Amino acid sequence: MGATTAPAGTASHRGAVLGIPLALLGLALGAVASVFIGVSDVSPATLWADDGHARQLLTVSRLPRTVAILLAGACTAVAGVVMQMLVRNRFVEPSTVGTSESAALGLLIVTIWAPGLALPGKIGVGAVFAVAGTLLFLCVLRAVPIRSVVTVPLVGLMLGGIIGAVAAYIAFRYDLMQTLSAWLTGDFSGVTAGRYEMLWVVGALTVVVYVLADRFTVVGLGRDTATALGLGYRGVMALGLGVVAVTSAVVVVVVGALPFLGLVVPNVVSLLRGDNLRRSLPWVAIGGAALVLVCDVVGRVVRYPYEIPIGVVMGVVGAAVFLWLLLRKAPDVG
Amino acid sequence: MTAPTEVRRAIAAEALTKRYGRTVVVDDVSLELPAGGVVSIIGPNGAGKSTLLGMVSRLLPVDAGRVVVDGDDIARTPGDVMARRLGVLRQDNHLAVRLTVRELVTFGRYPHSKGRTTAEDRRHVDAALEYLDLTGLAGRFLDEMSGGQRQRAFVAMVLAQDTDYVLLDEPLNNLDMVHARAMMRLARRAADDLGKTVVTVLHDINFAAAWSDRVVAMKDGRVAAHGTPAEIMRPDVLGAVFDMDVAVHEIDGRPIALYYT
Repeated sequence: MGATTAPAGTASHRGAVLGIPLALLGLALGAVASVFIGVSDVSPATLWADDGHARQLLTVSRLPRTVAILLAGACTAVAGVVMQMLVRNRFVEPSTVGTSESAALGLLIVTIWAPGLALPGKIGVGAVFAVAGTLLFLCVLRAVPIRSVVTVPLVGLMLGGIIGAVAAYIAFRYDLMQTLSAWLTGDFSGVTAGRYEMLWVVGALTVVVYVLADRFTVVGLGRDTATALGLGYRGVMALGLGVVAVTSAVVVVVVGALPFLGLVVPNVVSLLRGDNLRRSLPWVAIGGAALVLVCDVVGRVVRYPYEIPIGVVMGVVGAAVFLWLLLRKAPDVG
Repeated sequence: MTAPTEVRRAIAAEALTKRYGRTVVVDDVSLELPAGGVVSIIGPNGAGKSTLLGMVSRLLPVDAGRVVVDGDDIARTPGDVMARRLGVLRQDNHLAVRLTVRELVTFGRYPHSKGRTTAEDRRHVDAALEYLDLTGLAGRFLDEMSGGQRQRAFVAMVLAQDTDYVLLDEPLNNLDMVHARAMMRLARRAADDLGKTVVTVLHDINFAAAWSDRVVAMKDGRVAAHGTPAEIMRPDVLGAVFDMDVAVHEIDGRPIALYYT
């Protein structure tokens, strides 16, 4: 069973063996530090002093928040790289092809017409809409004649804009603009125990993606190569779409969309480690968690004691890196 | 299970037809290619060569007819079983993912390993890399290599797949004459040393004649001629296939077609 490792002898192999434990350690330290940042005084000292308030704050708010950051960050980045494999384009991710907007639209509709539905049911509806929106994107893509690397995300952004506009119209009519904006702008300040647990489901899906990593890489080689290698192309495609949709729906509900995360992290990892998911996926997950952690801390300290939603910080950082990636070179990918 | 009748080791196209809209690209082609040796498919642009190969390699759906490999209909045989019997090199090897040469070639083992690479898989990968003179480049990313090197990496991937049949769609694209000759020599060695059946689509009829055991000439979606190089490399046959005057001269005991002027 120990044979699932990356092929030996590649240049970065030795670095990866040591690198991942080190990166995990750094992430853990950062996560611990993040727990102690906030308006209320929670520190090792106050916890030690048996301050009931501090302990309660820790278990109800700070710990859930930090866990949510790590899970949402890792899973969103992984969903991004999965989508890039399925679409075979580096510049797509759930928030640039309308998946997040579709999930929000589905959630909006279920909130208006079936408000009594339990949270998993609502998320299910959101996921169905996310799948539908992504399939619509793939259909539009098939109809667009020129498929240059940059056209693909542009088509996605436009489609996302249209779906978002429909959602905004409905939200406006039903006085739910605030709710919609909470879904479309990531914000961890509202994450408390009882609200974030759905993210564990998404974490489990991410583990499934890792187990099946080779299949997703083969799909990334293209339909013909995948068929020639005997892969059930449609099955993997459907599974991947499902993972992306459920991840998007859960993240949208629990913390709100995290724009560009699924795009920036996989692209940087690809530059450093390549796209063999068996090898790169741990880096994508760690990188996603780390980036969200940093952006969250930045959002909390920049206007202390007020908070800037992470969606805003992420949007600024992500858009800048995205532009850099686009302009870096005329990419010979896609 | 029926009685163990002798299975005919061959690729057989039976009344294969492919249409794009109202244009018939491959028109009711029946063709049997017995196992062994190098077979080249030649013909003018639009004759249906690549489409035929695409259907035989099950990358293109057929509109009518069927393809039988070693007695099994490819449409009814599980994909992974076929993937251990039939290796395919496509014309367009554009990669959207960043992989090293070794990683790509290792994916050629996917039909056998399903991702769990064994020592046996690694042996095949090493042999394929060695065979294509890529051992020194194994750790390089494909997007940092020349078109010819990348092409060789894809061929190594197909070889690592270790199939009885290897289908190559225009393998000489993007190759200079040095590498083009090396590629045909490789096809020859794969057939002679490794016992594989190599089917290639070629544009250069002289390359086809020099390295193949059999040549299939296509025109307007049909097989216009099928035979040994000596049978195909004749002015009347080539003239009819390509609709132009082709002189054939014997140089150093080989038929060489002259069509440059």
